[in-house]
Amino acid sequence: MYDLLTNLLGNQVLGYIIGASLPLIFILIFVLFAVYLERKVSAHMQDRLGPMRVGWHGIIQTLADMLKLLQKEDIVPDGADRKLFNLAPFLTFLGTYAAFAAIPFTADYVGSSTAIGIFYITAVSGLIVAGLLLAGWASDNKYSLYGAMRTAAQIVSYEIPTAIAILTMVMVSGTLSLMKISEMQTAHFWNWWILGGPETGIVKFLLIPFMIIGFLIYFISSLAEVNRTPFDLPEAESELVSGYHTEYSGMKFAFFFLAEYANMFAVAAIASTLFFGGYHSPVGYLGNSLGAHWLIPIEQLFWFTMKGVFLVFVQMWLRWTLPRVRVDQLMVICWKYLIPYAVANLIIVGIITLL
Amino acid sequence: MKKYLKNTWEALWTIFIGMKVTWKHLFIPAVTIQYPDEQRPIPDRARNRLYVNIDDCIGCMQCQRACPVDCIDIKTVKATPEDDLGLTSKGTKKALWVTQFNIDFAKCMYCQLCVFPCPTECINMTKVYEFSEFERENLLYNFSGLSLSEIKEKEENYKTFMEKKAAEKAAKAKAAAEAKAKQDAENNDNKPSSEENKS
Repeated sequence: MYDLLTNLLGNQVLGYIIGASLPLIFILIFVLFAVYLERKVSAHMQDRLGPMRVGWHGIIQTLADMLKLLQKEDIVPDGADRKLFNLAPFLTFLGTYAAFAAIPFTADYVGSSTAIGIFYITAVSGLIVAGLLLAGWASDNKYSLYGAMRTAAQIVSYEIPTAIAILTMVMVSGTLSLMKISEMQTAHFWNWWILGGPETGIVKFLLIPFMIIGFLIYFISSLAEVNRTPFDLPEAESELVSGYHTEYSGMKFAFFFLAEYANMFAVAAIASTLFFGGYHSPVGYLGNSLGAHWLIPIEQLFWFTMKGVFLVFVQMWLRWTLPRVRVDQLMVICWKYLIPYAVANLIIVGIITLL
Repeated sequence: MKKYLKNTWEALWTIFIGMKVTWKHLFIPAVTIQYPDEQRPIPDRARNRLYVNIDDCIGCMQCQRACPVDCIDIKTVKATPEDDLGLTSKGTKKALWVTQFNIDFAKCMYCQLCVFPCPTECINMTKVYEFSEFERENLLYNFSGLSLSEIKEKEENYKTFMEKKAAEKAAKAKAAAEAKAKQDAENNDNKPSSEENKS
């Protein structure tokens, strides 16, 4: 992809800059779509209609909302630490955006096909915690600070089961590179890791239940990491006005919003890369059967986005199903349930792969 | 240990059940009514904006008296015998020009107490409930169909009629007085005799 852009533009730097900003365009379009989807899903699950006025069935409602956000006054509270306050949203978005660098969108496009992709993503996501904590601290608002503290406690706790679940997958596939993990699960859906991956024979069937457990653990803890509803304590509207971004308005709030939704897609993308075959089509490619090879990357992007959007939909679905957990319940779920299960799963999967 | 596993299983199973419920609701048609586009039918006896059929109004002011918040303000002018006001739909004869029939809907509390006393059933509740205004003055409805010049004319008519009547009365009174005076004079002539008779 970079080579293509470099050849096209005749300038390596320009090619890299454009190549690196492609995920940004993807994120913006995705966020516009996801916010609309979220509102519609929530509305229909509550037997309402949701936005109906702007465009056909409110289809450009999010665009209108975005324009409204852009016009809003950018307020910095008097008591706030100005520098940190301004830095926080960008740091948060940076953490999210950096994670997109290692996500393979298609076989041809990945920001950086580094050999330690998944490790890099796990590490760089830590920056989000710093951003959120900074936002809460700099706002000089007790609700913001409380929300930020909850975020920090929650994300740091839930990184452990996430990491162990990812470790299971790394162990079973034998590589840290997301690109290679995706390539392993090529061809058809029975090669997906959730269905035992490219293993053959009895091992494949032994792996399936533990892969499902691994996926559940990863999905639940990723929900907590992106502060989605059963675990949305950091921005619990009914308790803390809106958590760490209470004091933010206009563009800066938009950045938090963008980061949150981009994060949702990032964890969904990692889940789909690890368990659901990444960018690979479940039923083979149209481009192959038609002989049009230029179609394959488009199809791959389509399947990758579809898998991501489906998992994001499941996140929304859970949001309107489950009430918010209490802080002690949150910690109990993490330390007493998810981590032991994740460790047991890791050991069992390890034994199976040795067979 | 058994309880631990049971907890885990129950958590997952109940989440699954809950997700099934929300999934079902995703496809249930929404109960929302898109209000300005489609409206819920209002009940037959709903109390909304008042309407006065001024052709039937006889200006009896019963509604004004019934109103607990004094939002109805009626002014009337008596009709002269030459005016033909016609009959109401119930056949009552009208004797008054209703020059002003103001209902202030900013004050009105939609109690419907003005509707029942009306002898000609000319004031009633309609089904219109969307009549909000930007200016409070716009909520003052005048149901009288008469224009200002017409009102002035009616008033003048009545005034001239009254003057005429007064003049006639005065003339009559004068005539009567004159006649009386004449009679009195005659009587006075006879008086002594009667007195004489009496004594």
